[in-house]
Amino acid sequence: MGGAVIFVMTLASLVCSIIDKIILKPANLEYLNTIVFILVIAALVQFVEMFLKKNVKSLYNALGVYLPLITTNCAVLGIAIKNAQTGYNILLSTLNGTFTAVGFAIAIIIMAGIREKIEFNDYPESFKGQASVLIAAGLMAIAFFGFSGLI
Amino acid sequence: MNKPLERLYNGIIKENPTFVLMLGMCPTLAVTTSAINGIGMGLSTTVVLALSNLLISILRKVITDRIRVPSFIVVVASFVTMVQFLLQAYVPAIYSALGIYIPLIVVNCIILGRAESYASKNPPIPSLFDGIGMGLGFTCSITIIGAVRELIGSGTVFGFNIIPIKDAAAGTHGYIPISIVVLAPGAFFVLGIIMAIINRVKLNNIKKGRKVYSTDCKESCFGCPHSNICLNTASETKVINSNKSNE
Repeated sequence: MGGAVIFVMTLASLVCSIIDKIILKPANLEYLNTIVFILVIAALVQFVEMFLKKNVKSLYNALGVYLPLITTNCAVLGIAIKNAQTGYNILLSTLNGTFTAVGFAIAIIIMAGIREKIEFNDYPESFKGQASVLIAAGLMAIAFFGFSGLI
Repeated sequence: MNKPLERLYNGIIKENPTFVLMLGMCPTLAVTTSAINGIGMGLSTTVVLALSNLLISILRKVITDRIRVPSFIVVVASFVTMVQFLLQAYVPAIYSALGIYIPLIVVNCIILGRAESYASKNPPIPSLFDGIGMGLGFTCSITIIGAVRELIGSGTVFGFNIIPIKDAAAGTHGYIPISIVVLAPGAFFVLGIIMAIINRVKLNNIKKGRKVYSTDCKESCFGCPHSNICLNTASETKVINSNKSNE
């Protein structure tokens, strides 16, 4: 999952920023960027899906319905729009996309590890399910705040 | 209950998108730093949701099955762009506070989810009310989260001072705001605790033997938003509970 997101986000930032620079800016159509970007991302995800289906069948089966849902992952569109808003050039946008995706991958891997541990713990019944995951995510977010203080 | 009212009730209480379906988490967590942001975000989403549901429902016979998701997204994206312009023109304060999250309404799972599961199968008027109901449910939930976070994090609600704040310079005593609640971790904590409270209430209802949802549901329990409280799945929980009380 992390790998697929990294791939999609890198490509999406690259393609979206090229389109933004070459087509939308000269034509003064920047206000269309939401519509254009989301279509580009949807097409890319479709492409990744076909690629995985043909070449990495096992991964395709494991991801299942969540693969097309990468389209609606707000991080992907968010990065494309943010790149356009802050005015990064094409190289910077691509790098920004890749490393945001790497961050996302790290976060979901840690999250998966924590959830696995939580399953076997004894805690109040009302916190079962999503509530405990949210609290864990909150603690993780605090830890990441700590990292940003270190660097 | 007639159809429009039933859809409103369904959206606000029974299938509340945030607390029951767990959809649209991205804006829920990110913009709820204050109650006013929550309302702004919620109402913009409601407008988009209602209008896109209406349009998609009108077009549902024209859109073929294979291209439905891209066409839904285009419809939604156009409405979002309109809402973005309206906000920019009339409420610039909210526009700048919500920032990048306004265009991100496009990828809000609630909108695409309702388009796919309701509007593409039902006539326009119920779809419109479904959109409004879902939108209002979303607005209520994120306003509540926003209000809680604002109250704990800065002692105000909608910008009005509720708890007197300690002011070292003026030498007044009072509440010291817990600023972490306004930052990202606070969003997770507040939502997690609210979810736990809701679970608690539902569990109590089940223990009292109150029928929460009907048992003649034919859908599979997997992925059903009510699976943790439904009587079909609850029989399993009840056994565990009775074992615990026997020990």
